[in-house]
Amino acid sequence: MQIYLPIAEVSVNAFLLLGLGGIVGVLSGMFGVGGGFLMTPLLFFIGIPPAVAVATEANQIVASSFSGVLAHLKRKTVDLRMGTVLLIGGLVGAALGVVVFNYLKALGQVDLLVKLCYVVFLGVIGGLMFIESLNAIRKTKSGKAPARKKHNWVHGLPFKMRFRVSGLYISVIPPLLVGVSVGILAAIMGVGGGFIMVPAMIYLLGMPTKVVVGTSLFQIIFVTAFTTLLHATTNFTVDIVLAVLLLIGGVIGAQVGTRIGVKLKAEQLRILLAIMVLAVCGKLALDLLLMPSELYSVGAADGH
Amino acid sequence: MRALAFLFTLLVALPAAAEDIVLGLSKDTVSIDTSFDGSEILIFGAVKREAPIPDDPRLQVIVTVAGPDETFTVRRKEKVLGIWVNTDAVEIDRAPSFYAVSTSTLLGLSLSETEDLRHRVSIPRAIRSVGAPDTIEDATRFTEALIRIKSRSNQYQLNEGTVSVDEQTLFRTAIELPAALTEGDYQTRIFLTRGGKVVSKYETSIYVRKVGLERWLFRLSRENALLYGIMSIAIAIAAGWSASAVFRLFRA
Repeated sequence: MQIYLPIAEVSVNAFLLLGLGGIVGVLSGMFGVGGGFLMTPLLFFIGIPPAVAVATEANQIVASSFSGVLAHLKRKTVDLRMGTVLLIGGLVGAALGVVVFNYLKALGQVDLLVKLCYVVFLGVIGGLMFIESLNAIRKTKSGKAPARKKHNWVHGLPFKMRFRVSGLYISVIPPLLVGVSVGILAAIMGVGGGFIMVPAMIYLLGMPTKVVVGTSLFQIIFVTAFTTLLHATTNFTVDIVLAVLLLIGGVIGAQVGTRIGVKLKAEQLRILLAIMVLAVCGKLALDLLLMPSELYSVGAADGH
Repeated sequence: MRALAFLFTLLVALPAAAEDIVLGLSKDTVSIDTSFDGSEILIFGAVKREAPIPDDPRLQVIVTVAGPDETFTVRRKEKVLGIWVNTDAVEIDRAPSFYAVSTSTLLGLSLSETEDLRHRVSIPRAIRSVGAPDTIEDATRFTEALIRIKSRSNQYQLNEGTVSVDEQTLFRTAIELPAALTEGDYQTRIFLTRGGKVVSKYETSIYVRKVGLERWLFRLSRENALLYGIMSIAIAIAAGWSASAVFRLFRA
């Protein structure tokens, strides 16, 4: 069934969009990532104009994250306090990120920098997670209890705050900094930033994996809602018909994903996320390294 | 005396008036609704003439349909330090968002180079590019790339031999409009040519419009962007909440 999208001005298959939304939704519920880093390239691929894809994707993430967060709230795996601290940092970071983005755009080559950002971050995060979770699995198999690092430099900082749900008593500075840097990257790369935040929460803040997913989703809702509004009022690129189709698939997928996530062990969850992150990284790296079949590309004048 | 002279110049300048075009369209409005998936327009007509049909050269018919003009930036990738990067860019000042040329025989046979230049009929002539920076020597390759890419998505079409002409009087053709269509007036031109020269020309417009929900959403997004944005977020939140509620119901 073909459907015409009023803002994107293209006609696409409705079931294809429902399916894409569903798959990304499952991943979103399982890992607490918005799925933007997967969905945005997929939308480019099926012929949605990039500006519309990025803006609409933000709107769809609001829906799947909200659906996911409700499921997590039910089983009390959201650290609202930590989420709020991360959110404050995130909004500051997003505002800074927009400034950085516009500066890079003035220099030209913003596309390349975004792609390089993706490759570097996805590669480093994916690689580290993969190795770490592989070690963790090996340790549990050999019978040793996985030792969680309880004390590192993070615990020596001032302005301490108690995060009951996460079972942490740490300074608010590291979560704020994590929020800010994720916000900057999210604004530049046009995604929610979950795939950076989740590992940062696990490895830098030492939060338990089960709480991380819900808390990350909670923060993502607000950041992406803010982004949606920004795109809708400045670039007029949010396509609501596209968003609705993606989010119908997405919200159902997120519910399914959350339930799958509960059944899996934390190490398995992390190794799956690592593999996925590395796969996307590999694809983007190949795009940069291999000669493209069409050297020319057509865009609207002046970037957007 | 002056009137007579004027009439004389008119007759000399416009020998084309001997053959006129009477045109019909299967529809002059294309409505884009939610289920829009491309459209076909039938363009047909007859040649009206007072004098008997001139035998030689044969009458040829060219039909062009052009969507609203847009400005494009064409970029080229080059290998820099091992990775493929956009380097050169050329701005195409004016190119139609959609362009179709249908002819009764090969375009080269039915239209001379000078007439093509005057009426901007062939695809390369319909595109105007003057903004190439001095540093780029092969600016024409960027225009070629635009044509190549747009042709692949059926947005530029050269359909040679698809206009059928009967008895040098009746002609008809069908133009396939792709699903990815921009709103606007689609300028439609019909040329009658003999021996490569344009003997008569007719212009009309096909209106491509969004209708119903498509139109309402599009206008809301432009005229009341803040409301549209809030509505988008509200729909997203509502969808997220109802999916969660439905799933809870299933479990209970």
